[in-house]
Amino acid sequence: MTGVLDPKRQLLGGGPLLSSAFPDLATHQRRLGPVPWQGGPARLIGAVETSGLTGRGGAAFPTWRKLATVILGDRPVVVANAAEGEPASAKDRTLLLHGPHLVLDGLQLAAEAVGAATAYLYVAAGPAADSARRAIAERAERAGWDRLPVTVVVAPDTFIAGEESAVVAAIEGRPARPKDRTVLVSERGVRGRPTLVQNVETLAQLALLARHGPAWFRQRGTHTEPGTFLATVAGSVAAPGVYEVPHGIPFGSLVGRAGGPVGTPSAVLVGGYHGRWLPFAAELPISAPGAGVVAVLSTADCGLVETARIAGYLAGQSARQCGPCLNGLPRLAETLRRLAHGDGRPELVARVHRLTALTDGRGACRHPDGTVRMVRSALHVFAEEVDRHLAGRCGAVPCGAVPCGAAREGIR
Amino acid sequence: MSARLHVDRTRCAGRGACTELLPEILDRDPWGYPLAVDGAREPEVPAELEKHARRAVSNCPVLALRLHSNGG
Amino acid sequence: MSTDALWYLGRGSGVVSLLLLTIVVALGIATRSGRAVFGLPRFAVTAVHRSTSLLAVAFLIVHIGTLLFDPYAELDLVNLLIPFTSTYRPFWVGLGALGLDLLLALVITSLLRHRIGPRVWRAVHWAAYLAWPIALAHGLGSGTDGGQLWLRIVAGVCCAAVATAIGWRLSDRFGSPVPDRIPVEVGR
Repeated sequence: MTGVLDPKRQLLGGGPLLSSAFPDLATHQRRLGPVPWQGGPARLIGAVETSGLTGRGGAAFPTWRKLATVILGDRPVVVANAAEGEPASAKDRTLLLHGPHLVLDGLQLAAEAVGAATAYLYVAAGPAADSARRAIAERAERAGWDRLPVTVVVAPDTFIAGEESAVVAAIEGRPARPKDRTVLVSERGVRGRPTLVQNVETLAQLALLARHGPAWFRQRGTHTEPGTFLATVAGSVAAPGVYEVPHGIPFGSLVGRAGGPVGTPSAVLVGGYHGRWLPFAAELPISAPGAGVVAVLSTADCGLVETARIAGYLAGQSARQCGPCLNGLPRLAETLRRLAHGDGRPELVARVHRLTALTDGRGACRHPDGTVRMVRSALHVFAEEVDRHLAGRCGAVPCGAVPCGAAREGIR
Repeated sequence: MSARLHVDRTRCAGRGACTELLPEILDRDPWGYPLAVDGAREPEVPAELEKHARRAVSNCPVLALRLHSNGG
Repeated sequence: MSTDALWYLGRGSGVVSLLLLTIVVALGIATRSGRAVFGLPRFAVTAVHRSTSLLAVAFLIVHIGTLLFDPYAELDLVNLLIPFTSTYRPFWVGLGALGLDLLLALVITSLLRHRIGPRVWRAVHWAAYLAWPIALAHGLGSGTDGGQLWLRIVAGVCCAAVATAIGWRLSDRFGSPVPDRIPVEVGR
């Protein structure tokens, strides 16, 4: 897993989630007590619905609805998803590293809520996986702590490895590639059984929610997006890292939490590589942060170069199964690269629009859609930059000319 | 009763049989893959085209097409 | 019907089957290319491939049916389905039985395609490349016409057709010729 974040530099604490994160079971038990069992299936679902908790893997799907679908099936499977293929995100790894027991409590509670018979933790190899394995072993030694044994499945280091049907495939021992889906994973997933795939942050939030109740959960965040979320702040900030902040926090405050800006912020990429670009506005509240990535671009960076680089990465991460994705994304990335690096032909813009239209919604998974969303938002936010590039110039301060060889690649 | 046409994009090889049989619903993209004329993920098949859609389903050389009746 | 008539019908229907199977193989390869060939649209190439194969099966049924009643060959159902069990030219007739088994597998899996899924279907369909030469060898070896010039010419034409199709299959020009119609080419 790549990422510029050094775990030692990541600041913890502040919010309820990270201040409840303890790597060892003894401290976890002393501070939080045992798993707050609910006394049977379905009992937690009402509280989850009242709390308004949504999935933290990116799609922000209401958690209670997934639970309610899965519980209807026979011997469901629950999966804690920490694949975190998103290169700009580090929050799932950070959470597992510092608070694995919170995640594992959440997994046990989700399993209880849907009456699951099997539980998995799906995580990329690395310190986070090691931390989770240690925690699972610790809990196994404590008789009666867990009710379901947890099997660790190693996720490959690919962008799409965390997509629900790819997770199911990986657990079944097949390559972690998305599948064509006409039936939901929550109805038929791992070995045909209804499967609850939940992001590890969602499960950690669930573990706290079960302890403190929905009213407590709603004390933070906004009415429509209650609770806190783990933000991975990257790019032009003094202290990039993972921060727990309430939904609706203004961009300026979050950047302040991350040590303040480096240079003058010009734009932010919200939600990660499948997210969307927004012009930087310090007062604007953060809404729909997807998997929590907030990458800050400064005026020293070129948004087009950055967009082209990300599009190139995403094109390379296609599972190469679906024709439009396989053919469209590389051409899209190449067109953006030319645009960013000074091929001044105005038809390049039209070509980007045509390629996004040809790719959008035409894959088995949402990889093309997410890529298109990011690219479209870039053309919108960096419209002036596009014109400048077509005229052979670049707005990035140290660069000023195309090709933008000198522009820093601010977000990684 | 109308139906929706589902394309399993992981199977589709862009051979183009369906775009020949259902030009009212499917166009061919620059690489040969079916492109819904209405832009939908699962294009609507009106009742009068259902017979043709069924033919497209059975003629797909890689079995990438399925017809779902709406609400089913 | 006289025994002679049965014998002629058996041979004739066998030769026609071989010709039809040759067309089936060539069209099957054409189907795989995703190109419109012989002025036919793509779906029609597939349709003709399928109906020709069923026609070939129909002629095979005649071929087998007549020989089942042929007093000279003395074949029974076991000989027809289990290779190399006949007393009359066991090897060459056995090839016919083997070819029949393969063909049955091909036809049945194709009819059940939507049920068994494309992976199994495709795996079985590779057997076509085995079934066709077996049918050819059976035709040349077990018939009384093996040495006849006309049958050799027929066999030669069949071989040429299939060899051409396979040569095309292995060439670079086989794949679909869909042009990338997006303006501004992507440089290499």
